[in-house]
Amino acid sequence: MPHIRVTVDGVSYDDQVEARRLLVHYLREELGKIGTPVGCDTTNCGACTVLMDGHSVKSCSVLACQADGHDVTTVEALAADGDLHPIQRAFHEFHALQCGYCTPGMMMAALDLLRDNPDPSDDEIRQGLEGNMCRCTGYVNIVRAVREAAAAMSETAAAPESEPRATGVPPQMVREQEPAPHAASGGASS
Amino acid sequence: MTMAPESGTDQIGSPRLRKEDARLITGQTEWTDNIRQTGMLHVAFRRSPHAHARIVSVDTSAALQQPGVVAAYSGADFAAEQGSLPCAWPVTEDMLLPDHPPMAVDEVRYVGEAVACVVARDAYAAADALEALDVEFEPLPAVIDMESALAEDSPLVHAGSGQGQGANKAFEWPMASGDVDSAFDGADVVVTRRYHQQRLIPAAMEPRSVVCRPDGDSFTLWSATQVPHIVRLMLAMSTGVPEHKIRVIAPDVGGGFGSKLQVTAEEVLALLLARRLRKPVKWTETRTEGFQTTHHGRDQIQDVSIAADSDGRIRGLKVDLLADMGAYMMLVTPGVPILGAFMFPGIYKMDAYAFHCTGVFTTKMPTDAYRGAGRPEATYAIERIVTELAEEIGMDPMELRRRNWITHEEFPHTGVAGLTYDSGNYEAATDRAVELFDYDGLRAEQRRRRESGDPVQLGIGISTYTEMCGLAPSRVLGQLSYGAGGWENASVRMLPTGKVEVVTGTSPHGQGHVTSWSQIVADRLGVPFEDVEVLHGDTRVAPKGMDTYGSRSLVVGGTAVVEACDRVLDKARRLAAHMMEADEGDLEFSDGRFTVRGTERPSTSMQEVALAAFAAHDLPEGAEASLDADATFDPENFSYPHGTHLCAVEVDTETGDVSLRSYTAVDDVGTVVNPLIVDGQVHGGLAQGIAQALFEEAAYDSDGNLVTSTMADYPVPTAADLPDFTLDRTTTPATTNPLGTKGVGEAGTIASTPAVVGAVVDALRPFGVRDLRMPCTPQRVWRAVAEAREAGRSEGGQR
Repeated sequence: MPHIRVTVDGVSYDDQVEARRLLVHYLREELGKIGTPVGCDTTNCGACTVLMDGHSVKSCSVLACQADGHDVTTVEALAADGDLHPIQRAFHEFHALQCGYCTPGMMMAALDLLRDNPDPSDDEIRQGLEGNMCRCTGYVNIVRAVREAAAAMSETAAAPESEPRATGVPPQMVREQEPAPHAASGGASS
Repeated sequence: MTMAPESGTDQIGSPRLRKEDARLITGQTEWTDNIRQTGMLHVAFRRSPHAHARIVSVDTSAALQQPGVVAAYSGADFAAEQGSLPCAWPVTEDMLLPDHPPMAVDEVRYVGEAVACVVARDAYAAADALEALDVEFEPLPAVIDMESALAEDSPLVHAGSGQGQGANKAFEWPMASGDVDSAFDGADVVVTRRYHQQRLIPAAMEPRSVVCRPDGDSFTLWSATQVPHIVRLMLAMSTGVPEHKIRVIAPDVGGGFGSKLQVTAEEVLALLLARRLRKPVKWTETRTEGFQTTHHGRDQIQDVSIAADSDGRIRGLKVDLLADMGAYMMLVTPGVPILGAFMFPGIYKMDAYAFHCTGVFTTKMPTDAYRGAGRPEATYAIERIVTELAEEIGMDPMELRRRNWITHEEFPHTGVAGLTYDSGNYEAATDRAVELFDYDGLRAEQRRRRESGDPVQLGIGISTYTEMCGLAPSRVLGQLSYGAGGWENASVRMLPTGKVEVVTGTSPHGQGHVTSWSQIVADRLGVPFEDVEVLHGDTRVAPKGMDTYGSRSLVVGGTAVVEACDRVLDKARRLAAHMMEADEGDLEFSDGRFTVRGTERPSTSMQEVALAAFAAHDLPEGAEASLDADATFDPENFSYPHGTHLCAVEVDTETGDVSLRSYTAVDDVGTVVNPLIVDGQVHGGLAQGIAQALFEEAAYDSDGNLVTSTMADYPVPTAADLPDFTLDRTTTPATTNPLGTKGVGEAGTIASTPAVVGAVVDALRPFGVRDLRMPCTPQRVWRAVAEAREAGRSEGGQR
C-alpha cells in the first residue's frame, strides 16, 4: 500500500492507504473527519468539497495517495474555540442552509471563489458555485451569505496583523489550531 | 440583521437565527452515514439490470470466498421472513396490491430492484464482492408507457396477480360533484388540454442510509428518514419483531422532500440482517442506487377540460388522470393522485367537477410522495388551463381569475371538491404581487417586443394557487382510506432549573423545527429562547408522533406544542396562586411572571414555580409534582395556504434558450413564526418548481433503463441556473389552529411550475404555440418554434 504524508486541518499524518482509496473516504473513515459528507459518485454535487493547498477539490474524485505532500483543509478547521469563520457566520446569519448537507462543501467552494475573487458580483458568485448543489435553499441566501462573507473577509484582510500563510491560504481561511491528538474514532454513536 | 426580543415574549414573527446551524456549519453533524458501531458490517445490494425479468438462479458461493465477506444472501434466503413492504393507503377496496418483497425472490420489475446482498467488513470489500455474485435472469417484456400498459395485449407487470389481461390497471378512483354534463353542454367555451407531469427524482442531498444494531432481542435502527415513527410501526408489522423492541432514530437528516417518507427495502433488510448475523450492519446508497431505487415523484398524464361562459365564468371541470404507480405500491403511492383530486378546482368557484383516476403499473421505480404530492400536479393543470381559457375568450388571464375566484368575503367556502377553505384573501396577495412585479410595465414591454419581432420574446406566467396543508384531520384521512391518523403530539417539561425541554412528534430534516418550536415555547411560557431545548426524531425520546411531511409540522405539531405549553401554564398558575396565597383568578401572567392583579405584591417567575413544583414541599391539594404536560392535536380541517406567483421569462426564439427575467411570489401562509425560515422554505420550493418547468426529468428508455441515473444526467439546478426572487407575504390567519398558521414547505414548488411554463408558452404565443411539455428545454422550445413557423401558423405581432 502506498505511503502518504498529508496535513489535514493542521495535523500531519503518516499513513499507509490503499491505492484506490478516495480522499473523502480516507478523511471520513480513517481520520474521523466526518464533517465532510459524500453526496454523489460523479463529482457533480460538491458536498465533499475540501481545500487542497487552498484550492477547492471534490474529495470524492481525488485519491488519498494524490494528497501525498499536500495540505488539506476541511470544514472542521474553519472555526476555532467557538470563534466562527466569517463564511460560517455569514451562512448562519443569512439562513444560507436548511438541512445542511451541502453546507460544508458549499462553504469550502465559496472560500476558493473568494480567494480568486475577493469582491465577486452576484453573477460571479452564482457561476463560482456552479459545482455545488443545494436542494433546500434555492441558492438565494447562499449567494447573499457569500457576498457578506466577502465583505467581512476583505475587512479582516485589510487589518495590518494579517499575513498570508505559507500555504497560500489567506489567514482567514484557516485558523491556527493546536495539533490535536490523532483523531481516530470520530463518528457519532448512540 | 436580526432584531430579536430579549425576553421570551413576542418571539412569534421574529426572524430568530437558527439554533440548528451551529453544528451544521462546523461539521459536527450526525448523518446516518457518520454512525459507527463496534464490529459494524457493511451491506451492498446486487440489483437488477433488467426492467423485468425472471430470476433463474442466484449463486452466492463465489462472493462468499471474497476477502472480508461475512455473508451473502439471495431474496429466496429471506423469503420466509422478509414480509412485504407496506402500502398504507389502499385507495379502493378492490385495489390491486401485489406482494412487494424487500429483496426480489422470483421476478424483478424495475431496474435497480435488489435481488441479493453481500455483507462484508468494509464497504469497499462489499462492493467488490458484488461482482462475484452469479445471478441469472430471464428477461421479460418491459412495460414503460402508461397508455400501452392499459392495452388489452400489454405484457403484465404482475402476471401472477390472478387478474388476467388488463391487470396493469391498479385501481380506478372516480369522484363527481354537481351536474357535469349540463355544465359542459350549456357552456359557451370548452377548452381541453393534455398535460404531462414528467417523472421527477427527489435527489435529497443526503443519500439514504441505514444502520441497525441488535441489542439482545431489541433493535436500534438509525435511518435517514422523515418518518421514524411510521418506520418503527411498519417494521414491526412487516418483520414480526414486536414494536416495543424496535427503536428508530432519525439523526440529522439531509433533506427529504417526501423521498424519505417511506419504509424501504433496505430498512427492513438491515433489521433482518442484524437479527440473523447478531452484528450491527450499515448500508449507504450510492447516488446511482438512489436515483434508481429511491421513489420517484409525479408521472401523470392529465386530460383536462374546462367549461365556461363567454364572459369568463367557469362552469365546470373534468379531469381524467393516468397515474404511474411504477412496479409496486409503496407507502402512499396510490394516495398521491387521490390527494391531488381535491385540489384541481384550485381557488375557483364552479358548478360541477368530475375526476377520474386510473392507477397504472409499469416496470419502473415506484412513485410516491414528492414535494407537494398530488397538489403540484393539480395546481399545474388548473392554472395552465385557466390561462388557456382566458386566451380562448380573449380576456386578460388575471382578469379571468378575478372573475372566478372565491372572494375574501366568501370564506369559509365549501368548494366543488368538497373541501371547506377556512380563510383566504386572494385579492390582497394578487394586488401585492401585481404591484411588485410591475405586471402592466412588463405587458407593455411584451407588446413592444412582439411588434418589433424581437428574436428574444418576453413571456409572463401567472399562478394563483392554493394547497391543502397540515395533514391532518384523522377522521378525514380515515374516510380516504389512509391507514393512520393525522394527529401530532408534543410534551413540554419545565426542568427544576427553569429550563424547558420540548418533545415533538415531528421529525425535521432542514425545516428549522428546533428554532421555531423554541420561539413558540418562549413566547407561550415567557422563558428565554435560549432556555428551550427541542427533542425529536427518536422513538424512545419522542415516543408519540406522526412525523414530518405535507407541511404538517407547524400546523399540527406546532399546535400540539402550544397546547402542551398551555397545560403547563395552567399547572403553573395553580401552583403560583398557592405560593402567592392568592386566588388563581386574580393572577396575571406576562413576560414569564405571575403577578396578583391590582396589588403591589412581588411577582413570581415561571422558573420559581418550576423549582417549587420539583421540590414539591408545599403543593396545592391534588397537584402533582413537576411541571410538565403532554398534548395531542388533531385539527378539524386542513389548512389552505395560497398566493400569487408571477414569472417573466425571456425566450430566445432562435436558440430555444429560456432565461428567468424576474420572479415574484406573494404567499399567504397565515401567521408566520419565523419569517427567515419561511422565506427560506419558499426559496427552496421555487427552485424545485422551476426545475420541473425547465430542467428535470427522469427518463427511462424503451427497455426500462433509467437513463438519468447520475447527477451528471439529471439536471439538478445550480446557483447559476436560478435567479434571485422577489418575495412578499400577506397574512390571513388560519381559523382552525390557535397559531393561525397554514404551512409553507410546499408552497413554492406547487405555485411555481405553472407560472414558469405559462410564461414560456406566453412568450411563444405569437408563433401559435399553445403548450409545451415539461421540462421546457432549449431543444423543446426551439422545436416548438420551428414547427410552428413551418406550419405557417405564426401570428407575430398579434395578441
